[in-house]
Amino acid sequence: MEPHVFSNLVTTALFAGLMLALWGARRSLLWRNAGRELVRRRPISLAVVAAYALVAGLDSIAWTDPHDAVGEDQAVLLGVARTVVDRFFPADFQEASYSAPLADRELYGGEPLSHPGAHWLGTDIIGRDVFHRALKGARVALIIGGLTSLIVLPLALLVGVSAGYVGGRLDDAVFFVMSTLASMPSLLLLIALIMVLGVGTVQVCVALGVTGWVGLARLVRAETMKIRELEYIDAARVLGASELRIVWRHVVPNLMHLVVITFALLFSSLVLSEVVLSWLGIGIDGSWGRMIDQARTELSREPVIWWSLLTASIALFALILAVNQVADAVRDILDPRTAGERS
Amino acid sequence: MSESLLEVRALHTSFPQPHGRANVVDGVSFDVNEGETVALVGESGCGKSMTALSLMRLVPKPGRIESGSIRVGARDVRALPVTEMRRVRGGDVSMIFQEPMTSLNPVQRCGRQIVEAIRLHHAESKAEARGHARDLFGEVGIPDAEERLDAYPHQLSGGMRQRVMIAMALASRPKLLIADEPTTALDVTIQAQIIDLLRGLQRELGMAILLITHDVGVVNELADRVLVMYAGRIAEEGPRRDVLASPGHPYTRGLLRSLPGVVGPEDRLEEIEGVVPPPAQWAHGCRFSNRCPLVFEPCVETQPERFRLSDGHGAWCHATKRDGGGAR
Amino acid sequence: MIAYTVRRLAYGFATVLGVLTFLFALFFLYATPEDMARRALGEKAPPQALEQWIVNHDYHHPLLWNPDNPGQTLIVDHFRRMLTFDFGRSDADDVLVTRRLRKGVGPSLSLTVPLFVGGLFVSISLALFVATFRETYIDRAGVALCVFAMSVSILLYIIGGQFLIARVLRWFPISGFDPSPEVIGRFLVLPVFVGLAASFGEQVRFYRTVFVEETNRDYVRTARAKGCGDGRVMWHHVLRNAMIPIITRVVLAIPFLFTGSILLESFFAIPGLGSITVDAIHENDFATLRVMVFLGSLLFIVGQIATDICYTLADPRVRLE
Repeated sequence: MEPHVFSNLVTTALFAGLMLALWGARRSLLWRNAGRELVRRRPISLAVVAAYALVAGLDSIAWTDPHDAVGEDQAVLLGVARTVVDRFFPADFQEASYSAPLADRELYGGEPLSHPGAHWLGTDIIGRDVFHRALKGARVALIIGGLTSLIVLPLALLVGVSAGYVGGRLDDAVFFVMSTLASMPSLLLLIALIMVLGVGTVQVCVALGVTGWVGLARLVRAETMKIRELEYIDAARVLGASELRIVWRHVVPNLMHLVVITFALLFSSLVLSEVVLSWLGIGIDGSWGRMIDQARTELSREPVIWWSLLTASIALFALILAVNQVADAVRDILDPRTAGERS
Repeated sequence: MSESLLEVRALHTSFPQPHGRANVVDGVSFDVNEGETVALVGESGCGKSMTALSLMRLVPKPGRIESGSIRVGARDVRALPVTEMRRVRGGDVSMIFQEPMTSLNPVQRCGRQIVEAIRLHHAESKAEARGHARDLFGEVGIPDAEERLDAYPHQLSGGMRQRVMIAMALASRPKLLIADEPTTALDVTIQAQIIDLLRGLQRELGMAILLITHDVGVVNELADRVLVMYAGRIAEEGPRRDVLASPGHPYTRGLLRSLPGVVGPEDRLEEIEGVVPPPAQWAHGCRFSNRCPLVFEPCVETQPERFRLSDGHGAWCHATKRDGGGAR
Repeated sequence: MIAYTVRRLAYGFATVLGVLTFLFALFFLYATPEDMARRALGEKAPPQALEQWIVNHDYHHPLLWNPDNPGQTLIVDHFRRMLTFDFGRSDADDVLVTRRLRKGVGPSLSLTVPLFVGGLFVSISLALFVATFRETYIDRAGVALCVFAMSVSILLYIIGGQFLIARVLRWFPISGFDPSPEVIGRFLVLPVFVGLAASFGEQVRFYRTVFVEETNRDYVRTARAKGCGDGRVMWHHVLRNAMIPIITRVVLAIPFLFTGSILLESFFAIPGLGSITVDAIHENDFATLRVMVFLGSLLFIVGQIATDICYTLADPRVRLE
C-alpha cells in the first residue's frame, strides 16, 4: 500500500473514533453538561484547538494528481502525494535560500525570487516557505499527542483497573513495576529509550508513552480501589453480573473523568517534550521543535534571521496555551475536588 | 424582657449561581436577647449556616453580604473596620462548628490553639494563658486536662474535640455563642452530653446562644425561642413551646412530623416531600409554595406577610392568614 | 519508626534492583553489544573491529548464562558494577565514567543550587501573595500569567534569554563557565535567571493550589472565628499545614540538584553532569547514559525515602507502624 493511502486510512479511523466517542458522550447527561460548560468557559481556546485540528486533518488527507506536476521538476513531483494543505500553495513553492517575509529578493545575494512577495513569513535556509512548514507542524503535534495518548490511555486503564480491581499479588507486582518506572528520571529515560529504539515518529511516541502511562495508571488504580468498595458494585454482583461486566459497566465509566483530565494535561507536556527531543536531535521530522532547533543558530547570523524562529514559536505557543486553558477548565469541571472553587 | 444583644435587620447575602447572583439569605430579620437561646431551624440548604457566617462577616468567597444591618450590643458589625471586627470575633461573639474533626488545626496541639484564642483577646503570658486553658478544659468537662492540652486533635474522640471547640469559644467569655450544628456529627449519646454541657454553661455564664440546627430534638432540649427558616427566608418565629406545640406554618409542621416523639399536630398533614431546591429554582411568591400541601393562588404570586398568631409568635403563610390561624 | 525505616529501605533497594533489571533489558537484551559496537564504530566497520571493540569494553561474556563460569555473564557484571559504583569506561572515548562524573558534579551544583533556592523563594512568596488575594483580579491575573508562562517551551526561554540579555544588551556572557570565585557569578546569572523564568509558572501554580486548598479548610474558618487576622491565618495556620505537600515536592527535588540541568548546562556550556549526558547522546555513549539513568533513579529513590520520613515529622496524623 502506498504510504499516503495508509495515512489517509489512519486519519479516517481516528476521525471516526473521535466521532464515536463524542456520540457516546452525548448520551450521558453528565458529559453533555460538562461539554456545554466547557464551551461556555473557554470558547476562544476551544476554537483555537479546533482550528489546529482542522489544519492537521486537512494535512493528513493526501493524494497524487498528474496535474500537480509543473515546471522542470515534473518528473520528481509526478509521483508525490500532496495533502489538502499542500495544495493551497503552488507545487514549486521553493526558493534557493533565505528570504525575508514578503520580500521579492533573496536575503543573501539578492537574486530575484520565483514567487516574489508570496512568502508571507519568508523562507528558510533551503528556501522552503515558513508559513507552509508551520501549518504542517500542526499535524506532527497532533500526532505526538494523539498517537501517544492512544498508547498511554488503554495501557494505563488496563493495568490500573486490573491492579486496583483484582488486588493481591497482581496489584503488588503492578505497583512494583510502576514505582520502578517512575523512579527513573523521565527525560533521561525518554532519551535512553529513543536511543535504543531508534529515531522515528512511532518510536518517539512509544518512548513518550512508556514514560507517560505510569501517572495515569496510578490514579486509575487508586480510584478503582475506591469504587470497588462501593455498595452498588456489591448490588450488581448480587444481581448476578459477571466480574467483567461489572468492570466494564460500573468501574470504567466512573474513571472516564480521570482519563479526560489526564489526556488534556498530558497533551501539552508531550508536545513540549518533543521540542526538547528535537533539540537533542532525536525528535520527529517536520515538527515545530525541529524548526526551532534549526532556527536557533540563525539568530547569530548577520542580518538576523528571526522569522522561522518566531513563526514556529508562536504556532507552538498558541496551541499549548489553548490546550492548557482547556485542560484547566476540564479539570475544574470534572474534578469533584476543585469543582465549585471557581465560578 | 432584657434588651436585645444581637439585632439583625433585612439581611441579604448572595452567592453567584450559573445565571447571576442569588440571595441565599434573603431579608432575614431577628433579635437575640441577652442570656437567651434562639434556635434557627431548617433543612440543609435553607441558608441558616450562611446567616450565621454573615453575622461574623465570615461568608466564604465568592459569597458576600449585600445589604441589611447587623448590630451586636452597640456596634454595627457591617460598618466595623477589619481590626475592630477581629476583636468581636472570638471576643463578644464566638462560634463553634459542625465538624469537630476538621474544624481544629490538625498540626497544632489543642492547648496551643486555645492559648492562641485567649491571647488574641487578653494580654496574658503564654504560661498564664495555658493555666487559663486548663481551667477552660475543666469547665467543659475534659478529664486529664494537662495531658489533653498536649494532644493533637486526631488523638481525641469526636465528643472531646467538640468540647475543645467549645472551650476555645469560651476563652474570652463571649456574650453570644453561635453554635452551627454543634451535635450533628456526633453519636447520639455524645450529642446528649454536649447538649447538657451547653445548657449548663449557659446557666452558669449567662451568655446567649444562637443555635443553628436541623434537628428539632435539639431545639426542644435547648431553645427558648425558635426561628424556622426556609429557602433564605424566615417562615415562622416564636417561643419554643408555641412553635412546637402549635406550629403556624405548614413547613414547620412538616419538620415536626419528621421527628417522632415530639408533641405535634396529628391531623391532615402529609410528610413534606423532596428537599430545599437550589436558589435558581426558588418559587416567586411564597418560597414553600412548590412543596406546600396547602398551596392556593396567592402563595404562587405574592410573598406572604407576617401573620401574628400570639404574643411573639408569627408565621409567614397565606393559608394560615386565610384561616385566621385556625387551620392548625 | 525503625521498623518502618528498615522496611522502606528494603523496598527502595528492591526498586533499585528493578531499575537495574529494566536497564539490562533495554541496553543488553534489546540493544545488544553488537548494536552498540556498530553504533560506536559505524555501520561499515569490519567484524574484527566490532569484536575487538566488544572485548575492549568487557561486553564479550555471554548475556545471561555461561556454562563454563556462571559468574562470568553480562547480567552479573552489570548488577555488580552498578551496585559497587564501578562504572567502567565510556563507550565513546574510554575515559573512566566515574572520573567524568566527579568533575561534573561541582559545576552542576553551582547552577542548580541557586536555581533551586531562588525558585523556591520566589515561587512560594508569589504563591502566598496570589493566594491571599484569591477570588480577586490579582489572583486571576496571577493564574493567567502562570498558564501563559507554562505554555512557552523552555527552549524559547533559553534562546530568547541568550539573544536579548547576552547578545543585544550584552549584560552577561552568552555562555561559558569558570569556577574561580571572582567570575563564576558572571557566568551563572543568566542561566539561573532563565531557569527561574522557565519554571516559575508551573511552581507558582502548584503552590497556589496548595495554599488555596488549605485556606478553604474548616480549621481556617475556626481561626478566623476566634479573631485571627489574615496575616496570622496565613503564617500560623495555613503555611504550617501547607508544608506537608510542599515538603513532599521539595525533598524529592533535592537529589536532582546533583544530576544538573540537561538543557541549561548544555546551552550555557556549563561542564556539569547535564552536559555529560548530552555529549553521551551525541556520541552514542551507552555506558555513560546507562550510568546517568541509574544514578538518577538511585537519587530519586533516596529522595522518596527521605520524603516519607520528613512527611511523618511534618504531619502528626501520620503514624508509622
